[in-house]
Amino acid sequence: MADVSLKQVRKSYGNVEVIKGVDIEIEDGEFVVFVGPSGCGKSTLLRMIAGLEDITSGTLEIGGRVVNDVQPKDRGIAMVFQTYAIFPHMSVRENVAFGLTIAGASKEEKDRKALEAARILQMEHLLDRRPSQLSGGQRQRVAIGRAIVRDPEVFLFDEPLSNLDAALRMDMRMEIGKLHKHLSATMVYVTHDQVEAMTLADKIVVLRDGIVQQIGAPMDLYHNPANLFVAGFIGSPAMNFMDVEVLDQSADGVTVKAPALDPVKLPGVGEAFTANSKAKLGIRPQYLSVAPDTHAGALHGKVALVERLGTETVVNVELTRGGRIVAALAEDRPLELGTDIALGFDPGQAHLFNETNT
Amino acid sequence: MAIVTQDNHGLRLAVRYLVLILVALVFMFPLVFMLVSSLKPTAQLLSDTSSLRAFLPVGDISLENYAAAFRRAPIGLFVFNSIFITLVTVCASLFLCSLAAFSFTYLNWKGNGIVLSVILATLIIPFETIAIPLLLWVSRLPWVGMEGIEFGWLNTYHVQIVPWIADALTVFLFVQFFKDLPRELIEAARAEGASWWQIYRRVVMPLSGPVLATAAILKSLKMYNEQYLWPLIVVQDEAHRPIMVGLGYFFQLNVAWGEVMAYLSVITIPVLAFYLVLQRAFIASIASTGVKG
Ligand SMILES: Nc1ncnc2c1ncn2[C@@H]1O[C@H](COP(=O)(O)OP(=O)(O)OP(=O)(O)O)[C@@H](O)[C@H]1O
Ligand SMILES: [Mg+2]
Repeated sequence: MADVSLKQVRKSYGNVEVIKGVDIEIEDGEFVVFVGPSGCGKSTLLRMIAGLEDITSGTLEIGGRVVNDVQPKDRGIAMVFQTYAIFPHMSVRENVAFGLTIAGASKEEKDRKALEAARILQMEHLLDRRPSQLSGGQRQRVAIGRAIVRDPEVFLFDEPLSNLDAALRMDMRMEIGKLHKHLSATMVYVTHDQVEAMTLADKIVVLRDGIVQQIGAPMDLYHNPANLFVAGFIGSPAMNFMDVEVLDQSADGVTVKAPALDPVKLPGVGEAFTANSKAKLGIRPQYLSVAPDTHAGALHGKVALVERLGTETVVNVELTRGGRIVAALAEDRPLELGTDIALGFDPGQAHLFNETNT
Repeated sequence: MAIVTQDNHGLRLAVRYLVLILVALVFMFPLVFMLVSSLKPTAQLLSDTSSLRAFLPVGDISLENYAAAFRRAPIGLFVFNSIFITLVTVCASLFLCSLAAFSFTYLNWKGNGIVLSVILATLIIPFETIAIPLLLWVSRLPWVGMEGIEFGWLNTYHVQIVPWIADALTVFLFVQFFKDLPRELIEAARAEGASWWQIYRRVVMPLSGPVLATAAILKSLKMYNEQYLWPLIVVQDEAHRPIMVGLGYFFQLNVAWGEVMAYLSVITIPVLAFYLVLQRAFIASIASTGVKG
C-alpha cells in the first residue's frame, strides 16, 4: 500500500520559502495532478516526494512510513522527467533494466522484465537501439519503461509530455492513463497542460506560490472553484471576471449589477454576501451564448477578435458599457469584426466571489 | 572568365598551402635539427650550426652517437622508469581527482565550495616553493614495503608518484565537465536506486570520455616531459631515475652534443608514438582547455 501524505510540508532555499505549508493526502492507487503557474513549486514538491530535495519542515509519509530522511532509492518511487533523462551510453534495454542492474538482478530477470515493460509500451522493436536513434516520444517511452520495471509503489512524473508535439502528447496521455489502470499504482503528475490534468486526474491539486489553493476532482474544481485564482486557472479559455456591486442578498440568491450588466439575480451562490458590497462575477466563456437583442440581462458589445477553431468559436467582445468579455460559442461561426453582438448567460451557471478572494 | 576564376582559386590555394608548410617547418625545425644532429659527430655538428647544413643529414653520418649514448647511460631503464611513473600517476590521478570532482559537484556537503576554491588556489603556487617542505616530509613518511614498515620514501618510485596524484588542474577539468552533464541523469539514477558509487561508476564515468582523454593527455605530458627538479632531489640511485634527470649523464666535463641529441631523440619516441595514436583526442583536448602543452 502506498498512500502519500504531506503534512505542513515546507521548503526554503536560503531564506526564500518556496513551499509554504502544504497538506495533501494521496490515496493508494490514486492519480493526482499538480497544476499551477510556472514557479509555483510543483516540481519542488514532486522532487521532495522523490527525495531529491530535502524537506525543510513538516512530514512526508509514503505507505504510512515517515520518509523525510530516507534516500530516494529506499522510498519505493520511480520518477519520469521532462527531459527524459535516459542514459545516452546505454541501449534501450540497458536503460529500461537500469534499476534492476543496480539492484543486482540476474540477467534472465532483467531481460524478462525489460521485455515485459517494452510490451506494455509497445516498444519491443526498440530494445537494442541507442537513445540517440530514438524520437522524442520513443525516448519518453523508454523513461516510462525504466520506471515500470521496478514495480514502484509511487510513480512521479514531472511534465513528462511537454517536450512532445501535440499529436504525440495526446497518444502518450492516453498511454499513461491506460498504464495507470493497468498497474493501479499511485501516480503523482505535474503538468502545465489543462487537458492532461482534467483527463488524467482523479484529483487535482492547484498550487500558487507554494500554497495549495484547492484540492478536488477535476469537475469539482471546474464547477465549484474555491476562489478567484482556481476559477481563473482551471478551464480554457479562462473564466471572465467582472466587478459587480451586490444589490441584495436573500435566501434564493444574490442580486448584482455592473455598469455593463443590468441587475441580475444569481441563484445558488453559496457564500454570504452583504448588500452594497463589491464582488467579482465569474462567467465561463462556454456558458455565454448569442442572445436576441432584446434579452434581459444581455451583455451588448462589438466583436473585437474572432478565433475560429472549428469545434468552437472564441469571440472577444468589446462591451458597449465598458470592459471586455470572451465567449466560446459552440460550432463554427463566421462573425465579422465590429458587428454588434448580444451575449446572454444562465445566472445559475455564474460564480460570485468576494473581492478579497484574489 | 571561368578559367580565370579557377586559376585565381588555384593560386590562392597554393599560397595557403605554402604558408601552412612554412609554419609547419618552423615548428619542425628543432625536431629535425635534433634528429639530424644525432647522426653527426660532435665536431661536425657544431661547425654545421652556422649554415643550413644543420638541418640536412650530410657529411659523416652514422649511428655512433646512439651506441655511445646507450653505453654511457641505461637509457632503457630511464625510459621505462618515466613511462611507469607516468602511467601509474595518470591512472591514480584520474581516479582520485574525478572522485573529488564528483563529490564537489554532486554531493551537497557544507563548505564544499570553499574547499574547492582552496584547491583551485593551489594552482598559482609554483612547485619550487613547496619542494623543500615536501622533501622534509617524504623523507620521514612510513611506507609498507617488502620488509615491513620502512620510514622515508627517498629513492623509490612512489616518492615520484604519490605527490603528483592530487592535482588541482585535473580536479578543475572534471568539475567543469561534471557541471555540464544534465542534472536529471544523476537524479534519474538516484531515483532508480543507485548509490553514489554506482552513479559514479555506471553513469558519470562512462559519459566522461572526453574529459578523461583531456586530463590524461595533459597529465601524461607533464609527468613524462617535465619531471626534473623533484626526482633530482628525492632520487639519488640510478634504479629509479627518470629520463630528464638522465640527461645529466651527458653534461659532464665535455658535453658530447651528438650523444645528447641521440638521447633526446630516443626519449622523444614514446611521446611521438603517444601523440600519433591519440592525435584526434590530443587536438580536441588542447583546443577544449586552451592550455598549451
Ligand atoms: N535550487 C534552487 N535554489 C533556489 N530557488 C529555487 C531552486 N529550485 C527552485 N527554486 C525556486 O523555487 C520556486 C519553485 O520552483 P519549481 O521548479 O518547483 O516551480 P514549478 O512550479 O515546477 O515551475 P515550472 O512550471 O516552471 O516548472 C521557483 O520560484 C524557483 O525559482
Ligand atoms: Mg517544474
